[in-house]
Amino acid sequence: MAALTLYPQDERLEGGSRIAFNLYMITAVALFVVLMLVGLTMRMTQATWLTVSPVFFYKLLSMHGAGLVGTVSLATTAVMWYFLRKYVRLHLWAFVTNYVLFMLGALCIIAAIFIGGYGALWTFLYPLPVFGMGLWSTHAAALFMLGYLLIGVGSLLFYLDAAAAIIKVHGNLGRALGLQWLFGGTIDPAHPKAVVASTMVLIANSLGILAGAVVLVMSLINIFYPEVPLDALFAKNLIYWFGHMYINATIYMGVIVVYELLPRYTGKPYPISRPFLWSFAASTVFVIIVFPHHLMMDYAQPRWLTVMGQVVSWGAGFPVFVVTAYGALTNLYRSGIRWKMPSRLIVLSLFGWAAGIVPAIIDGTVRNNLVMHNTQWVPGHFHFYLLLGAVVMALALMFHVIGREDAARDRASDRAGFLLYFVGGLVFTFAFLDAGHLSVARRMATHLPEWTATDRLGSIGATLVVLGMLYFAIRITAGLLRPPPGRETLHASAGAAG
Amino acid sequence: MHLQDAIWGITLTGMGLVALGFILVILQAGKPADDAATAKSAQTARRFQARLFGVLLVIFAAGSWATLHNYPIPPQHRMLDAQQVVDVTGRMWSWQIEPATVEVGRSVEFRVTSADVNHGFAIYAPDGRIVTQTQAMPGYTNVLLHAFDVPGTYTVQCLEFCGIGHAPMAAEFQVVASGGQ
Repeated sequence: MAALTLYPQDERLEGGSRIAFNLYMITAVALFVVLMLVGLTMRMTQATWLTVSPVFFYKLLSMHGAGLVGTVSLATTAVMWYFLRKYVRLHLWAFVTNYVLFMLGALCIIAAIFIGGYGALWTFLYPLPVFGMGLWSTHAAALFMLGYLLIGVGSLLFYLDAAAAIIKVHGNLGRALGLQWLFGGTIDPAHPKAVVASTMVLIANSLGILAGAVVLVMSLINIFYPEVPLDALFAKNLIYWFGHMYINATIYMGVIVVYELLPRYTGKPYPISRPFLWSFAASTVFVIIVFPHHLMMDYAQPRWLTVMGQVVSWGAGFPVFVVTAYGALTNLYRSGIRWKMPSRLIVLSLFGWAAGIVPAIIDGTVRNNLVMHNTQWVPGHFHFYLLLGAVVMALALMFHVIGREDAARDRASDRAGFLLYFVGGLVFTFAFLDAGHLSVARRMATHLPEWTATDRLGSIGATLVVLGMLYFAIRITAGLLRPPPGRETLHASAGAAG
Repeated sequence: MHLQDAIWGITLTGMGLVALGFILVILQAGKPADDAATAKSAQTARRFQARLFGVLLVIFAAGSWATLHNYPIPPQHRMLDAQQVVDVTGRMWSWQIEPATVEVGRSVEFRVTSADVNHGFAIYAPDGRIVTQTQAMPGYTNVLLHAFDVPGTYTVQCLEFCGIGHAPMAAEFQVVASGGQ
């Protein structure tokens, strides 16, 4: 069965494709290291092990948030591209343009923060960006928003190209999602899960990015024409609609690596099924309408929206627990899996996603939100499923790609790096969650003395994570920059591994 | 017991169950099964999947009802008949709370708004744990209803990032025994 070949020919990276993929992934791992160091600096400041002024702290926080959300998206976009291009004809120019616009946008954001002094965080919550209080100008806020717009345009271009390519093959997006098989009929066993997941992402995230564009343009108008005010609640809804879908989409782009690679390492087929199609149909809707769980403490919000936020947050657990995690575990069970870095990372990523959803659902409950909202519980749960979930999915693909030359080897240093990252990630995220349980506020440059115990534990965890990621970054960069193997070498190694 | 402690316990249990599921499968993952055993375990897995769906559905329905039927946020557009009313305005970077003393055991209606950007109006009990909260938003007044069980000095801490003075944006108010003692 072709799907069980470890390195199929149609995934080969050559010429421009290879350069583009390497640019994405090397940029991503380099940014992961730098931005995680920024995070470590903030945790150590809260732990009183470092001294950083509040002004600089909030610049770091703005950079860390915007930077990592963007970088996780960059890396998982490359995951989606890597697999989707086997099934539909994607244009390399769209993939490269997305990268170029991302980098231009990143430059705008960096300049806005470190030259312009912008420190209103990645959420640019209206009207804070125009209240610089002498620390940043409205021009810095506008430059930050321009950076977002450039990144959003790049993503939209990539999604539009993907949508056109998918429609060309499958007729329409509904058929690509497999909606025709929800209630009956024989499912085409060759219908790629990568197409289903990509279709879900491009539908949801295009809507999210458009919502983001609307609120960014409205905010820009307000910056230059202050006599045109926005409604703070409406702006907040649009910001979280955009923000939630943008970050949520990274997981659904990243999880394609699980569907594609897990069966190759377990040696067991992982066929498409009706529950799988149902899970993605439901997730498409859930991801689009779940965002009101961010606004539960905005009592002025219509009650039905808040209730919907809770109900959908809870409902979103079904596809993950019952289909994706469960299906993958079934595939793993008594498979005789080859434990190597990609397979190890795939299983970790599923655990990170599934376990991270638990505190997310808990926080997405109105009654609990009354005591957990904007405590460190929030970074606790999202770091859990990003750091141990989405990021790890992208790392799994990177290790798979660089492993093609030494497919039969499993390095001790890789195992050590994995252990460092995994243990560090657990310590780091549980320190956040415990802090939330103790009512420690998030997003503060200075902490009360009684809060520093969890800050210190978190700093230790973050140090291990940074060391692990530093190892990954060096290993992956060196691996990607190695000259590609010839076809004969590739066949030999794939045969030996498969 | 604090609500936070119950939340912590439920979360650790839930995450622990997920971890247990992964550990059990991982322990078996290296032992390949023959075709007959694979077919049998696939059948068992399908049955278990249906049960898992059923269990989660019951938790979903019961949990949603339990947490929503007595909706924890008061109606925002009608009189609440609270025994005490406190007007709260947040601004960069201070709180205006009037009056700053309320009585224990009697319902308090906090009318919370902002004069500039978004702030978070979180009430910390004397033991340092959050009791309840709402957002202070420009252009809106969020109405929070709460009755305090324990007298003492409570702290209002901003929980929505609002610029350089966010962390120190705190104020205190008193919860006293009935009759102002």
